[in-house]
Amino acid sequence: MSTMPPRPSEQDPLDRLKTLVADCLAEAREQGATGAEVGASIETGLSVTARLGDVETIEHHRSRGLGLTVYFGQRKGSASTSDLSPSAMRETVTAACRIARHTAEDPCAGLPDPELLATEFPELDLYHPWAIEPDAAIDLAVACENAARRHHEDISNSEGASLNTFQGLRVMGNSLGFLHGYASSRHSLSVAVIGERDGQMQRDDWWTVARAPDDLQNPEEVGRMAAERTIRRLGARSLSTRQCPVILAAEIASSLLGHFIGAIRGGNLYRKSSFLLDHLGKPVFPEFVQIHEQPHLRKALGSSPYDAEGVRTTPHALVRDGVLESYVLSTYSARKLGMKSTGNAGGVHNLIIDSGPLDLAGLMQRMGTGLLVTELMGQGVNLVTGDYSRGAAGFWVEGGVIQYPVEEFTIAGNLRDMFLNLVAVGNDVDLRGNTRTGSILLESLTIAGN
Amino acid sequence: MDSEPLVIAQQTLLEPAGLVTRDLERVMERLSGADIDHADLYLQATRYESWGLEDGIVKEGTHSIDLGAGIRAVSGEKTGFAYSDDVALPALQEAAWSARSIARQGDEGKQEVSPSHRPVTLYLPVDPLRSLPEEDKIALLKRLDRECRAIDPRVEQVFVNLSGSHEIVMVMDRAGAIHGDVRPLVRLNVSVIVEAKGRREQGSYGGGGRTDYHYFLEGDRASDYAREAVRQALVNLEAVEAPAGAMTVVLGSGWPGILLHEAIGHGLEGDFNRKGTSAFSGRVGEKVASPLCTVVDDGTLPGRRGSLSIDDEGTPTACTTLIENGFLKGYMQDKLNARLMGVAPTGNGRRESYQHLPMPRMTNTYMLPGPHDPEEIIRSVKKGLYAKNFGGGQVDITSGKFVFSASEAYLIENGKITSPVKGATLIGNGPDVLTRVSMVGNDLQLDTGVGTCGKDGQSVPVGVGQPTLKVDGLTVGGTRVQG
Repeated sequence: MSTMPPRPSEQDPLDRLKTLVADCLAEAREQGATGAEVGASIETGLSVTARLGDVETIEHHRSRGLGLTVYFGQRKGSASTSDLSPSAMRETVTAACRIARHTAEDPCAGLPDPELLATEFPELDLYHPWAIEPDAAIDLAVACENAARRHHEDISNSEGASLNTFQGLRVMGNSLGFLHGYASSRHSLSVAVIGERDGQMQRDDWWTVARAPDDLQNPEEVGRMAAERTIRRLGARSLSTRQCPVILAAEIASSLLGHFIGAIRGGNLYRKSSFLLDHLGKPVFPEFVQIHEQPHLRKALGSSPYDAEGVRTTPHALVRDGVLESYVLSTYSARKLGMKSTGNAGGVHNLIIDSGPLDLAGLMQRMGTGLLVTELMGQGVNLVTGDYSRGAAGFWVEGGVIQYPVEEFTIAGNLRDMFLNLVAVGNDVDLRGNTRTGSILLESLTIAGN
Repeated sequence: MDSEPLVIAQQTLLEPAGLVTRDLERVMERLSGADIDHADLYLQATRYESWGLEDGIVKEGTHSIDLGAGIRAVSGEKTGFAYSDDVALPALQEAAWSARSIARQGDEGKQEVSPSHRPVTLYLPVDPLRSLPEEDKIALLKRLDRECRAIDPRVEQVFVNLSGSHEIVMVMDRAGAIHGDVRPLVRLNVSVIVEAKGRREQGSYGGGGRTDYHYFLEGDRASDYAREAVRQALVNLEAVEAPAGAMTVVLGSGWPGILLHEAIGHGLEGDFNRKGTSAFSGRVGEKVASPLCTVVDDGTLPGRRGSLSIDDEGTPTACTTLIENGFLKGYMQDKLNARLMGVAPTGNGRRESYQHLPMPRMTNTYMLPGPHDPEEIIRSVKKGLYAKNFGGGQVDITSGKFVFSASEAYLIENGKITSPVKGATLIGNGPDVLTRVSMVGNDLQLDTGVGTCGKDGQSVPVGVGQPTLKVDGLTVGGTRVQG
């Protein structure tokens, strides 16, 4: 057996991390900073993968990090370290202070407005650690992969199934007196298999993710989904170039909302790098579209009581009746635009677009003839102009019914038109990520094929 | 201070933790069982900095330090792995114990023999962060801002970013063979937004390599980045809708080599081929490209962003021929996949950091030059697209479908380059796109040192390159459907 090192005092780990953050803030003041902001985190985890019925990798994770930003008046410097020892913490403060001596005065730089900092911390139920042993984790991954491999005789190979579990602590503090931390956990199970028919190989996957292990989809179900998704791609044909309506399936439609958020993010607005510049109060979607942020949903993956600067998060509308109601702002970008932070330093927390009455089959009926896209490839999005051109794969639909799988084509348009001409949002909402959306029917895009 | 990389690695990684080589050997002894085929200990210290300019001022700077160790034990196809950001002996012993647990599940293993070798020096063990005083870094950014704005009054916004990292690694295998490497890496990028008649467009250019910041001060290099970023943005101001559909595409030299990275590079990584999940699996010896095509992955180019003296498993990098005169020659390998496939490692075992497992990755992937004059290639096209610059790309290695997105492109009409067109994604099928290469230019260029490749969530710096290429039939994802 190995000789384990003696552990330091049994003080609560969250309190220890808070003490470290407080010490770091004190050190920054000591070194002359007029303001400082510190974040620290500890994370442990286990990842196992199984392939062809047997364990392939077991990974034990243990990582730590501390990052700070110091202000000398309106000069700013940042530094981070993976070493949380007192000496490394002091050196990191010194590094940040050295940088702040060289950066320029920036009138918008500084800590958040004190009145915007979070003062109440709703219980968000984010911490459900999973004390699973590697052997049990391997068993779950094997069960998931077996379910996929046994689902259909055309499943010929596998990339394996993977089970990941992480738990961690995160503390954030600043020199305005904000100091808070909380624990969270995140577990996931995924599998990817390969099908083969008539010399064509296709791969697809499925995954489940949750704050609590009990909320994961069961392994057999995940495996079956992956197998079905793979099998239905076999026999994929190419498409000729055309224009037609397109449905983005729920599991990829979140990317479209991601581009929307990118276009209303403060950083892109004050840099004049967005096609939605000066659109506040103007229609950007059809009147039926409602998009909002719900940061306080219990157990949700994007939930957080405050943003990356300690500014409180609040449920609010981004788009009401198709009109842009709010940008997505951090303290800095808000000041650059002459506005107030919206609690979005670090991003949005649980973005939701309201569903209409139709499920995916209903959307296909409404579309009639067109394309159901289930996979998008590459970047191909220019937020300055809104030009959109991405690789895709999916299914050709006629009479509202899937005809055959298709691949090796692109879909292209301009995001401004795609948003304004959005036809319908399905009720087949994918709850797995930070963005909750059903499938989205778009009026017409250019399909480039052979 | 001794400038031998291994000596520097020992001084940086072991001495502050009070460790000597013998301590590491003892840790590795925990991983000596008949059931373990391979084991290694990877120590890494990285210092990174970044400076950013916008609105004419340097408003941001960051500095980070990351230090840790990863320990891996391999038994058959199974790998156990643990890492620690604490490099003191007890933490290393604990990590070794965790990694070793895999072997209890494993098959009978073989004792490995480490070849001894002395890698060549591809870059000096310099510390880029200390290669210039902070004042000079700031002055460089401000100078580029002024230069961009002086080129054209339509330049509205200028963003300049300078970053450098100083990475020191040390890898010891179970047989006690120990290797060290000191890896400098710098990068400078200039982006601009131009505005005219209510229309806004962007342009971006940059470069770097395994050297220090003086690289950017040589000749007009940094100013060239600024000029090129502005030029691209101004071209895009005039861009019309891109065509949609399959057509003849001429790809420019240099960075458009991302074609090779996506279309064939990933599909030729050893792990996918051992597992039989790549569209190229089992195809060594087959014809997969036109006879004009010879493609290599070369980690041995001095100073290049994708180069390494040794890979992250201690194997010296090599120039590996992937495709020779159209025929598939071989795959890129790390130790695990090479052993399981019964071939030699090719020095492609790379990892993002000590927190990640190594796997087969590309270094600098490029096509050798051919016989054609680039102007002759353009002249030969009656109607098509000339794609000069690209953003990123992606591939589905199983179906072979790949994309890469043009950021600067023009129509070719009757053998002449005419209107600029908006950026568009190009899509093709990896195993057959190179069979449609009908002309290869004599103008091989490598990219300027900007590439980062992602795989399984791990990012590593890479390079690409190619001469001007003509592909007869590639799908261009524009918006304009031709009649």
